Amino acid sequence: MFKIYKTIDFVKYFKRFNIISLVFILLSLGFLFFKGLNYGVDFKGGTIIELRASDEEIKIQDIRKAFLNINVGNVSVKEFGKNTDYLIKFEKKNNQNDNFIENLKKDLSKEIGSNFKFRRVENVGPKVSRELLEAGMIAIVLSLSAMLFYIWIRFEWQFSLGAIVALVHDVVITLGFFSIFQLEVNLSIVAAVLTIVGYSMNDTVVIYDRVRENLNKHSSRNIKEISNLSINETLSRTIITSFTTLLALFSIFLFGGMILKGFSLAMILGVIFGTYSSIFIANPILIFLNVSQETISKKE
Amino acid sequence: MLYFSKIKIISIYVLILVLSYFALTNFLDSNLKISNKKVNLGLDLQGGSYLLLEVDSNPIIKEKIQAKFFSLKKYFEKEQIKIKNLKVLDNSIFFETDDSNRDKFISDFTNKNENSINNYFSNYRAFEFDYLEENQNIKINYSKYGLIEIKKTTLDQALEIVRRRINETGTNEPNIAKNGNERILVELPGLDDPSRVKKLLGKTANLTFRFVSEDSQEFGIETLPFANEDRMANISKRIILTGENLVDASAGMDRQSNQTVVNFSLDRIGTKKFAKATTNGVGKRLAIILDNKIISAPVIRDSIKGGKGQISGDFNFQSATDLALLLRSGALPAPLSIIEERTVGPDLGKDSINSGKISLIIGFILVIIFMIYKYKFFGVIANLALFVNLLLLVGILTIFESTLTLPGIAGIILTVGMAVDANVLIFERVREEIKVEKNLLSAFDTGYKKAQITVLDANITTLIAATILFMFGSGPVKGFALTLGIGIISTLFSVYFFARHLTSFYVFRNKDKILFN
Repeated sequence: MFKIYKTIDFVKYFKRFNIISLVFILLSLGFLFFKGLNYGVDFKGGTIIELRASDEEIKIQDIRKAFLNINVGNVSVKEFGKNTDYLIKFEKKNNQNDNFIENLKKDLSKEIGSNFKFRRVENVGPKVSRELLEAGMIAIVLSLSAMLFYIWIRFEWQFSLGAIVALVHDVVITLGFFSIFQLEVNLSIVAAVLTIVGYSMNDTVVIYDRVRENLNKHSSRNIKEISNLSINETLSRTIITSFTTLLALFSIFLFGGMILKGFSLAMILGVIFGTYSSIFIANPILIFLNVSQETISKKE
Repeated sequence: MLYFSKIKIISIYVLILVLSYFALTNFLDSNLKISNKKVNLGLDLQGGSYLLLEVDSNPIIKEKIQAKFFSLKKYFEKEQIKIKNLKVLDNSIFFETDDSNRDKFISDFTNKNENSINNYFSNYRAFEFDYLEENQNIKINYSKYGLIEIKKTTLDQALEIVRRRINETGTNEPNIAKNGNERILVELPGLDDPSRVKKLLGKTANLTFRFVSEDSQEFGIETLPFANEDRMANISKRIILTGENLVDASAGMDRQSNQTVVNFSLDRIGTKKFAKATTNGVGKRLAIILDNKIISAPVIRDSIKGGKGQISGDFNFQSATDLALLLRSGALPAPLSIIEERTVGPDLGKDSINSGKISLIIGFILVIIFMIYKYKFFGVIANLALFVNLLLLVGILTIFESTLTLPGIAGIILTVGMAVDANVLIFERVREEIKVEKNLLSAFDTGYKKAQITVLDANITTLIAATILFMFGSGPVKGFALTLGIGIISTLFSVYFFARHLTSFYVFRNKDKILFN
């Protein structure tokens, strides 16, 4: 299945894929810049309610109408998994009142009867959401810098640069995907992005380890040949590991329930981009920076 | 790489057995186990409420500055320091003085040993108050450390009161803890409707007994609203009693009126004060005021000397019970506001556990099948390592009694997917070595050796990400970072000790066979 006997000439395709990546990155940045991310209540503040109706007669438009009548401001009502489950989101500012949820329940039962219950209520104040967003951003930046630092100790600067560009590529495109499709970004997406950072780095490091080893082993070959050789030698591992990780992630995506959907989707995208970038981004940069046998011998 | 000493083998298996035992205690009946340690389920899995409360210490700072103003005034009189225009503005005290008086004041104000007007905190090496002088104007305000000290004591007191109030409601195993300098985190497992707790925590519960004044022109009165009625009354500012004098309170029935009431009893000082006030005030109305709202204002018919009294005021049994609870547990030093609330119903929690289990089992089976398909016998070794890995992971979580959340389960599933990577790296390396190396034994040995640094590199990167996420993540996401991080450590152990030992065992027995390709 994954036995690759023939050596594939990856280097030949570098240019083509780099152009595609560049297009994707520009597209993502454009969307991130002009459309932005669809922040959930974790980062925007507001209220989220997961409602389950025990009466099948209650329809989504009834709930939407009811909430509009209760006057909680801009409200979004979506089906959530089963057809009796709904996710309701709104941003009303003065929901800090102690009786807010209780009153909401009362008002709602006047509108649609009492055959429903709140399965989950999350209410995040503006101060907390601001802090959570800050903490999330700090965490992402910090993890990128920690990776940079780690790889800087382990490798030469050309490698650090290559790995970081690959990382940023993965993070930007994953977030870009969330921006283009306006998928909700909440705390678990930050967790996913950090894990992607770790995973993408992991993949890149495995190939880089091999590049360095091959540079030492083959003193007469140039970086293009070395890079190609290293990718091919590690290809089987790259594919197997990505495959088993994706097996686990698809299992979460399909069977892990609604709450983990966004998280596992982000991870699936990240693993795919991470695998791709460790071959098609991290390596061209070594070639571009003219890494040679001298690059490593200088350090040792 | 393939040689193991006896002692090493024994310690590896003992460790695995011990951790497996802890992992299994989660699923055993309580009478079968020695240790009671268990993985805790997060609120998102068992259902419950999470509240984050913020203490507003501004009113206290204001109050304390006012008190400081009076004590400074006294000090200036006592020490005969001449000052002008002493006043309070924006939480600062201002005054004017001349050079000689100023020098005397400053030397007193910055005396580290015996200082009656400006506390010195030796633990911070700093004063409670800072002063700023400009020509002959002096401004005094709280120093950074003075503010920290106020916030700290306010938070400590508030925490104590919050704890008492929640304990009185009889919630199961609540977790109440400080969070930073001005916040209190409250976790209430199993509670799917926190509205009562929120109501109880939303009240400062400042109770005072004061006379109602019939003459609205009188000096020292204020107009306060009734709690349950739409009218106001003029209340004297002089306080007869406060909630601090209460020793007990409970809800009860008044036999004559058949109304629900709150009965209270007073301490010794309170009893005396109450007796005196009721004796002198027969015929007057005494208002019972909670958080600046009048609960009731009955007419005093007789003096009350026994230190016991009754508050009536349109209660039902629940509201009387809650008021009694608030009075028993005491007043909060400052108002609290709920800045974050997350509640998960128990049935959603159960659903989450189920879907977590299902996806773990499916993910695990898929990976196992794939590994056997791909590596045949060595796939079995990798799968055994994966299984041991899970036992170790759950065992470690149990020993530390960590909290498992839904994202935490996702972290375990992800570990299953990523853990085989280490074995894959090694097996692929061995496969390469076999091509050039005739001897199986040394092919495996070199394979393990060469793959080691890469395996470490690859895992450390994920570990770094997990650590940072653990530091900055909050709530359930922290649970993800935890299982992911521990998962990496258990992976390294299960691959480099357990699986390597199994491999070496097998390879030594089958030196002559070629297994790969």
